[in-house]
Amino acid sequence: MSTIRYTKEHEWVMVDGDVATVGISPYAQEQLGDVVFVELPEVGKKVEKGKELAVVESVKAASEVYAPISGEVTEVNGTLTDAPATVNEDALGKGWFAKLKLANKTDLDGLMDEAAYKKYVDGLH
Amino acid sequence: MTESGPLKRTPLHDLHVELGAKMVPFAGYDMPVQYPAGILAEHQHTRAAAGLFDVSHMGQFRIGGAGYDGAAASVEKLCPNDFRSLRDGQQRYGFLTNERGGILDDLMVTRDGEYLRMVVNAACKDADLAHLQANGVKVQALPDFSLLALQGPKAASVMARLAPDSARMSFMTGATLEIAGIRCYATRSGYTGEDGFEVSVPNAEAVAFTRRLLQEPEVKPIGLGARDSLRLEAGLCLYGSDITERTTPVEAGLSWAIAGRRRQEGGYPGDAVLKKQWAEGVARKRVGILPEGKAPARAHTEIADEEGREIGEVTSGGFGPSLGKPIAMGYVAAASAGIGTPVNLVVRGKALAGKVAKMPFAPHRYHRN
Repeated sequence: MSTIRYTKEHEWVMVDGDVATVGISPYAQEQLGDVVFVELPEVGKKVEKGKELAVVESVKAASEVYAPISGEVTEVNGTLTDAPATVNEDALGKGWFAKLKLANKTDLDGLMDEAAYKKYVDGLH
Repeated sequence: MTESGPLKRTPLHDLHVELGAKMVPFAGYDMPVQYPAGILAEHQHTRAAAGLFDVSHMGQFRIGGAGYDGAAASVEKLCPNDFRSLRDGQQRYGFLTNERGGILDDLMVTRDGEYLRMVVNAACKDADLAHLQANGVKVQALPDFSLLALQGPKAASVMARLAPDSARMSFMTGATLEIAGIRCYATRSGYTGEDGFEVSVPNAEAVAFTRRLLQEPEVKPIGLGARDSLRLEAGLCLYGSDITERTTPVEAGLSWAIAGRRRQEGGYPGDAVLKKQWAEGVARKRVGILPEGKAPARAHTEIADEEGREIGEVTSGGFGPSLGKPIAMGYVAAASAGIGTPVNLVVRGKALAGKVAKMPFAPHRYHRN
C-alpha cells in the first residue's frame, strides 16, 4: 500500500515497500509556472533528507528540489529531460523526479499527509 | 534603486487582478508577471498574434525649451545621442551617461512638434527627472498618462481597425491618434522585436482603452515575465542588468545609437572616455551566447574560456520560447567576443559548453517603410 507525504518545501514522496518516489506538488508547479528544464541526480547517488536532490527551472528562475527522505537514487524520470512540461501537466503522476531506496522509515515522521498539506497550502494564501 | 514603502499601482491594477494576473513587486510597483495563460503561452501569443502590456510604471516626460532645437540641445548635454536632427514625429533610442561614460538609463525620445517626449525606465525615473532638472532641462513628468504596448505581427491590423491613421506610421515614428475615440500619443516601437505600438493614454481612459483592445480577437494581456523573454530573444538590453552605470555604450555594443556628429563634437558626460574606447578598443564586449545543452545560464553565471579561465559574466539568461532552448547575453573579454567562439558557462559548479552567438536570437520584424 502506498501513502503520499508532503514537505513544507512542496515536495511529495510516495512510499511503496522501500521504494520512495519523489516529485513536486501541484501547488509547487503552479507557483513555478512553465517548467523548461529539470536537472536530475545520477542513479546511485546517496542523498540526505533536506539536501538538494534536483533542480527545476521555470522560464523565470531556478529552484532546488530537496530530498524528502534520505536514500540512494535508484531511478530517475528521463521523460523530464525531453519533456520538462510533464511536471506542469501531471505533477503527482508522470511528472515524478526520482525513486529513492528508503533508508530509514522514520524519515517519514513529521511529513504532512494529504489533509495536513492541503491545510498548510491554504494557509499560504 | 528599489523603493521601500507600499507598492505603487498603475491605473490598470484592478483590471490585472480581475484578469487573474499573478502580481509581483517590480521597480516599486505591484505589476502583473503573468496571467493565467502563463509565460510561455503569452510569449508565443505575442510572436503569433498581438500581446497587450501595461508599462505604465515607466516614466513619461515632456521636455520644452526655446523651440524644439532648444529642448533637444538641453538633452544632448546629458546624452551622447543625436536628438537635434529629429524630424517631427521621428523617434530615436538613446541613453543618459555619467562622467565615466557609464549608462545612467536608456530611453526613447520622440519629437512632438516643439516638444521632445521621453520614455525612461521605471526604476530610474525619479533619478532621471532630478538629473534632468538639475542640469537645466525644462522637463515635466506626465504622471497622468498610462502607457500600453501592443506588440506582435497582428498589432498593426488591430490598430488600423481602431485608428485608421496608424497604418501610415512606420517603425520609430510617433503621432497623436484617436484610438477607439480616445485621444492618445502613439509610437510605432516596442521591446519585443515585433512590429507594434506604445500608446500614451490619459489615466482616466486607460481602463476603457485596455478593455476595448482586449475585445479584439487577436489581443491577449501579457505580463512582465514574457516581456523579459521576448526582449531577450530580440537581443534588447535590460537596464540594471545588461547595461548599468558601470558599462559604457561602446562596451554594450550600442555605438550605433551615437551619430557621427556627436562622436566628433562630444559635449556629453563621459565623451572623453567613449572617444578613447572608439580609438583604442574596449576590454570587454556585450555578446549573445547560446548554451549547447538545455540548462539555462542565468544572470551572474560565470563565463570561462575553454581552458577554464574566467572571461566574463552572463547579464541576462533564460529560456527562449521561440527557439525552444536556452539563450543568454553577457560580457566577455574582447578577444573572446567573436561569433562562434566556444565558451564554458559555469552553472551550479559545472562547466556547460556554449558559443558566442549573433543577436537577435529571434529575427526583428519591425515595420520599416
